[in-house]
Amino acid sequence: MNPPLDPPLIQVTDLSIGWDDVILQQHANFQVARGDVFVILGSSGCGKSTMLRALIGLERPLAGEVSIEGAVSTRIETGAPPFGVMFQSGALLGSMTVGENIALPLQEWTQLPPPAIFAIVQARLRLVGMQGSEDKLPSELSGGMRKRAAIARAMALEPSLVFLDEPSAGLDPVSAAMLDELILTLNTKLGLTLVVVTHDLDSIFKIAKHCIMLDRDSMSIIASGDPRALRDSSSDPRVHDFFNRSTAHAP
Amino acid sequence: MLTATHPERSFSVEPTASDPSGQQLRLHGSLLFPDAATIWSELRTHVDLAARGGTLHLEMSDVQRVDGGVMALLAHLRAELQQRGVQSEFVGAAAALQEIIHLYRGDVVVGERKRRKARGTLDQLGNATLALLHEAQAVLAFLGEMVIAAIGVLRAPRSVNWKELTPTMERSGADAVPIVLLINFLVGMVMAFQAAVQLKQFGANIFVADLIGISMTRELGPLMTAIVICGRSGAAFAAELGSMKVNEEIDALRTMGFGPMRFLVMPRTLALLLVMPVLTLLADFVGVLGGLVVGLSSLDLTSSIYFTELQKAVSLWDVYSGLLKSMVFALAIGLIACQQGLATAGGAEGVGRRTTSSVVITLFTLILIDATFTVLLRALDL
Repeated sequence: MNPPLDPPLIQVTDLSIGWDDVILQQHANFQVARGDVFVILGSSGCGKSTMLRALIGLERPLAGEVSIEGAVSTRIETGAPPFGVMFQSGALLGSMTVGENIALPLQEWTQLPPPAIFAIVQARLRLVGMQGSEDKLPSELSGGMRKRAAIARAMALEPSLVFLDEPSAGLDPVSAAMLDELILTLNTKLGLTLVVVTHDLDSIFKIAKHCIMLDRDSMSIIASGDPRALRDSSSDPRVHDFFNRSTAHAP
Repeated sequence: MLTATHPERSFSVEPTASDPSGQQLRLHGSLLFPDAATIWSELRTHVDLAARGGTLHLEMSDVQRVDGGVMALLAHLRAELQQRGVQSEFVGAAAALQEIIHLYRGDVVVGERKRRKARGTLDQLGNATLALLHEAQAVLAFLGEMVIAAIGVLRAPRSVNWKELTPTMERSGADAVPIVLLINFLVGMVMAFQAAVQLKQFGANIFVADLIGISMTRELGPLMTAIVICGRSGAAFAAELGSMKVNEEIDALRTMGFGPMRFLVMPRTLALLLVMPVLTLLADFVGVLGGLVVGLSSLDLTSSIYFTELQKAVSLWDVYSGLLKSMVFALAIGLIACQQGLATAGGAEGVGRRTTSSVVITLFTLILIDATFTVLLRALDL
C-alpha cells in the first residue's frame, strides 16, 4: 500500500493483541486513509474482532499503539466519542426503543433541544431505510434491521469514522446486499471512512478499497492492498485459498 | 465361546479367535442407529473383557452397512481399546466402508492414555481459596473505581444517568414493600412466640416488648430486609448487567462515551442506598407489630403496656444504628451485584453463573458486615 500524502486517519504502530496467555497478532503496522473503506479480514479465530476492539479502545493492546486523527486512544468513555461503532449483534440497548437508542448520544453530547434531536433521529433512520421504526423495541426487529438501526445509532453524532463488526454475518443475501449498498452510500455520498471486519467474500469485493488479511498461525498480517488484486495475483497460498474459497492449501 | 446371533436381528456380533495371539469380533449384517443401544451393550461386554497387551480387532468383511451413529460408537470403542493398550483395528472393510471408518477417525493411531494425576484435596482447597481472594480483590477494586467515579460525579453531577434512578427505586423499593412487610411481620411474630414460652415461666411477659424492639431495630429488621433485597434486586441487577455484557451493550455504551460506572452502576447503587433505610424502617415497624400480636394473643398484654415498655426499651440510637447498617448493606448489595454482572463472560450460562455467585457473595458479605457492626458497636459501647 502506498502511503497516502495526507496524514492517515488511523495509524497503527507495532500493535500486539491478545490476552495474558494467548497472543493473537504481533507487530501489526498499518494505516487507514481518510475516505477509505478498509476491511480487516481473515479466517475465524485470527483475531480480527479483537483487532477491531483494540482500534476502538475496548481492548488494551499488549504492545504498540493506535492513534486516531493523531491522538493516541487509550481511554474511551471520557468525552464525546470520536467515532461510531456498530457491533456484530447491533448491541442496541434492549430497554429502550430504537429512537431512544439513537437519541441517547445526542442527548448526552449535544445541546440540541428535544424536537431537534427527534428530527435527527428520524433522519438517521431514514438514511438506513427504517423510517417509522422509532418506537419499536430492539426485540421486535429482525437481525438485519437491528444492524441497520445500530448503524443509525453509530451515525448519530455525525462521525467521520465508523467501525462495523461483521455487518453481513447472519443475514440473508438480500439484507446483506442492502447493507453493502448502505455502506457504499455512506462512503461515497457522505465521505465517511469505514473500517469493516468481515469474512464475507461478496461483501469484501463489493465494498473494500483496501484490506488487510490476518493469519492465525503466523499471528501477523499476511497480505494488504486491494482485495481484487490480491485475489488475482497473490502468490501466498493462504491468501489465494481465502479469496478463491478453496481448501487446496489448507493443513 | 459366547455368540450373539439372533435370527430376527439385522446384525450380529461374534467373537472368534483370529490367530494364536488374539481375538476378533466378527460383525455381521447392517449396523444401524435404531439398534445402537443393543450393539453398544453387546460390544461393551467383549471390549471390557479384553486384557492389556492383547488384541481385539473388529472384523468388518461381512458388514453390509454401517451408519454414522454406530460408526461413531465403534470408533470410540476401538480408541478406548487402544488407550488401554489393547491392539485394535478395523479389518477387512470394503472400500465404501473404509471411507466411513476414515470419516469417523477409526483409522488414526490412538496413543495409550496417561493417567491424569488426581488433584489432591489440599491442592483444590488452595485453588478455591485463591479464587475466592481473587474475587474479593475484584470487588474491592470495583469499590475503588466506584469511589473515583463518585468523586467525578460531585464535580459534574450531570454525568450520572439520573433518568434510571426513579424507575430503579420503584422496582427495588416500592415493589418490594409487600414482601418486606410480610417477612418481617412473620419474623417478629415467630420470635415473640419462641420468647413467650420462656418469658411466661418467669412471669416476665412484658419483656417481650424489649426483646422484639431491640432485636428488630438493631439486627433483624435491617438484615432480613437486606436478604430480601439481595435476592430480589441484587440478582436482578447481576442478571441484567450480565445480559447486557453478553450482548455487547456495555461495549456499545462505552464507545458512545458512557462509562458503565456512571450510566449503570451509580443509579442502581444509589437507588438501593435511598430505598433500603425506608424499607428497613417499615420492617422495624411491622416486626414490632408482629410481636404485639403475640403479646395480645398469648401473653395477656395490652397494646398500651406493650408500647410503653417498647418506648422505655428502644432508644432512637437503636433505630439509627439499624438504618446506618442498612445503608452499608445497600452499598454492598449494589456493588457486588453490578460487579458480578459486569464481569460476566460467555453466554446465557455465564449470566446464570454470575447471578448465582452475586447472591452467594452478597449473602456472605451481609453476614460479615453484620457481625462487624455488632462487635464494633459493642466495643464502642453504643
